Amino acid sequence: MAETHSLQDLQQPAVSSKVFIQRDYSSGTICKFQTKFPSELESRIGKQPFEETIQTLNNLYAEAEKLGGKSYLEGCLACLTAYTIFLCMETHYEKVLKKIARYIKDQNEKVYAPRGLLLTDPIERGLRVVEITIFEDRSIGSGR
Amino acid sequence: MKNCEYQQIDPQALPTPTPTPPPHHGNDRDEKEQPRRPRRKWEVFPGKNRFFCQGRIIVARQSGVLPLTLGLILVTSGLFFIFDCPFLVRHLTSCIPVVGGVLFIFVVITLLQTSFTDPGILPRATPDEAADIEKQIDNTGNTSYRPPPRTKEVLINQQVVKLKYCFTCKMFRPPRTSHCSLCDNCVERFDHHCPWVGNCVGKRNYRFFYTFIVSLSFLTAFIFGCVTTHLALRAQGGKGLVFALQESPGSAVELVICFFSVWSILGLSGFHTYLVASNLTTNEDIKGSWSGKSGEDVTNPYSHRNIFVNCCSVLCGPMPPSLIDRRGFLPTDESAQTGSADIEVPALAAKSEINVVGGSSQLTIGLQEPFSHAPTPSQLPPNLFLNLTEALLLAVALTQSAAWC
Repeated sequence: MAETHSLQDLQQPAVSSKVFIQRDYSSGTICKFQTKFPSELESRIGKQPFEETIQTLNNLYAEAEKLGGKSYLEGCLACLTAYTIFLCMETHYEKVLKKIARYIKDQNEKVYAPRGLLLTDPIERGLRVVEITIFEDRSIGSGR
Repeated sequence: MKNCEYQQIDPQALPTPTPTPPPHHGNDRDEKEQPRRPRRKWEVFPGKNRFFCQGRIIVARQSGVLPLTLGLILVTSGLFFIFDCPFLVRHLTSCIPVVGGVLFIFVVITLLQTSFTDPGILPRATPDEAADIEKQIDNTGNTSYRPPPRTKEVLINQQVVKLKYCFTCKMFRPPRTSHCSLCDNCVERFDHHCPWVGNCVGKRNYRFFYTFIVSLSFLTAFIFGCVTTHLALRAQGGKGLVFALQESPGSAVELVICFFSVWSILGLSGFHTYLVASNLTTNEDIKGSWSGKSGEDVTNPYSHRNIFVNCCSVLCGPMPPSLIDRRGFLPTDESAQTGSADIEVPALAAKSEINVVGGSSQLTIGLQEPFSHAPTPSQLPPNLFLNLTEALLLAVALTQSAAWC
């Protein structure tokens, strides 16, 4: 039975559990995630790298939703053109989302995958949660 | 011992449908009936919406009176350009059709954008998320058999806000989000469901809606003014109103339409201008969430305390993205999770399968809304052909829905 599982391991690591980092609404409806360190990750990753990741994500989302000169200009221009520019132009928010996707991919490769974890981009969960998948900790060398 | 485990890894090796768990059975039939084509997420969207242009356009299932709205606007504007503009260009100025034209284009474009844009629909929670939330709720020590409506309190800008749990979408609704029963979706910054545009008005399309009603009030008032001027000019010289109306019958129709609609549209524009300036939604205003009626010291925690900033943030703020990713492809390994909604698609294949799949699709809808629509055998269509595999599907589905309850 152990041989069967390790053969599957080489194809697809088994998912042990998932942790969900919920949204933090203390500042209103802006997209912000809680930085509280979940206990399930204690054995896998330190508090500091985790908090850094979440804080960077929060900062990136704040940048996307920032009310400032640039976003007002974009909004006014859109209003004058009856919002048709949204059909041809990529909005500031979408540009930042791409930046976030690159950051998450980068973090997964460098920090989370070596520890058997996987971050899911929150946009794939409707910006509700940051889903962290914990894979079963099986040493790779024990196969066959 | 090794052989029996590997059916999960390679379902394509199975020659005939055997009594295997439903997701794999669905995959088998998918591959047998039609070549596996990657499906987009809009095809399995659980809400009551309709999609056009391969998921690019989204509308509510009931289009309400959108055709009427569009028809009234087109007819009134058409009559204006045909009957009134030539006269007014001759007697006044040629700016009139230009202004009218610009307003008309604005109105139509913003109307279509309001109707066809995703208002800010929140995708439903994945099964894992829902289970996690249920676990957290149970941990808070609720021991009664039928738990009371679930709420969670958060502090937003020193104001206590209650977040309600949505039984359909299986998540705690973010602040200002409401579940629209007509569209069966949770919509962010839910304003109201507008039958005139046939869609919900929410975070993503509020600015289109506001521009629509403001430009429509300008257009209506403009046409009303022009028609009145036209008729007054024609009736000059003692000819009388009746004579003027006989000469230009289209103007009479416009007059009636504009007269009755200008007051309500102007009123609506004024009301929404107030809402924009105080960063409120119609939903909150109607419920009196922040008006302090209950005697508590409540203020709107989302307001920026500055009318200009409120207006800018609502109308000119960054455009949030659509969260439902309509045109994204379904990942093949997750198609089992999105349900047995997949079983609906092979219904196109063979007629003999349709009855069976029709029954299954009713079961799948039941699975997604266990609290309100638990499937019972009496709800299944009478022509459901139950062979061994479908009986197994039914048993599994009923067991799963019982587990959710």
